[in-house]
Amino acid sequence: MRTKLLLAAALVALMSAPAYADQNRRSDAKAQVDFGIRVAQKSLWKEAVYRFEKAIEIDPTYGGGWNNLGIAYEQMGRFDEARKAYEKALELEPNNTFIRNNYDLFREIYDRQNRRRDR
Amino acid sequence: MTAKTAAAIASVVVVALASAGCLSFYEIAVETPIQAKLDVTPFQRVLIAGFLGGGSKSIDPNTETARLLRSQLRTKSELKVIDADVMTLVDEVDRRRAGGGSAPAADSSDDPKIKNEKDLQEYEKIFADVDFWKKLGEEYQGPLIVTGSVLFTEVAKSGMVSRAQPFIDQTGITRYVEQRQFSNMKGFALTPKFVFIDGRTGAQLYSESFHEEALYQENQNTPALSSYFELMDKLLPGFLNTLSTQKIKGTRILLK
Repeated sequence: MRTKLLLAAALVALMSAPAYADQNRRSDAKAQVDFGIRVAQKSLWKEAVYRFEKAIEIDPTYGGGWNNLGIAYEQMGRFDEARKAYEKALELEPNNTFIRNNYDLFREIYDRQNRRRDR
Repeated sequence: MTAKTAAAIASVVVVALASAGCLSFYEIAVETPIQAKLDVTPFQRVLIAGFLGGGSKSIDPNTETARLLRSQLRTKSELKVIDADVMTLVDEVDRRRAGGGSAPAADSSDDPKIKNEKDLQEYEKIFADVDFWKKLGEEYQGPLIVTGSVLFTEVAKSGMVSRAQPFIDQTGITRYVEQRQFSNMKGFALTPKFVFIDGRTGAQLYSESFHEEALYQENQNTPALSSYFELMDKLLPGFLNTLSTQKIKGTRILLK
């Protein structure tokens, strides 16, 4: 009976492990994003880029992280990378108004810059 | 929906959600750098040579444009602006037509020689004269040369115009209603073309044309010069961005 109970407990632990790992990943990624936001507010954009990159490396499904990375790249003038980051954020969170709005504002500038290159 | 409208709507949403305390986000000011259209690193100095001016005789677009661009570049560009007399390119072209070197025939009328874009075409060939620009560049040790054409013309338009008409409602509050009425408008159009030339080789590096119009009520008496500056104000960011990186200020939302 005791063995059966132990086996059941082990099974439950094994099944919930991925969810727990996901939670951990998101929590670690959020810690990086928190720090990234703080440094971005102090205009330390290079450090912010590093932190946001770290965040999405830890958790590639973190839409907010991709959005922030897009903003940081944009601020650094790294437009192609910014576009990819914003689009990834929208792919993960297609209904997020904030991300959509950031992306629209960015596209206005990005498209203007590209029209110039074509001329 | 334009990006600006989207931004306005989003700002309202941001405030609403923030007051409800249900989201983790931070509005942040950004300055997006827009790269200069032209690589000016080989140049330390810029010569605003002069322009083919034409259109209305109420102002001298050549002198005014040269003066304005010089003052703008002095404060908003890394390049050192060369102080030199503004060339009258129209006379230069006329001199060549008259057979090289001889003075142009005296023109007693005040009317500008270039009145419209068709007249301008005849004169614009000078921009492709590599030898002329190279020679000019040599006089100033190979700077970046800015030249081009500036057409400042009077315009008059008639049509339906929307206006907000005030009225006082039953409660005594002033309200506005949109009224459309036929109006005669007059004003000015500014069509500059800026040409950037390498003073070391005389070759054209880049050129860009702009067009802006300012229309006023027929009974409104707006001086030509103030209208010229109003129009140039709109064009200047585009001109300056050719030579130097500009920053577009805005806000974005960082998410937690």
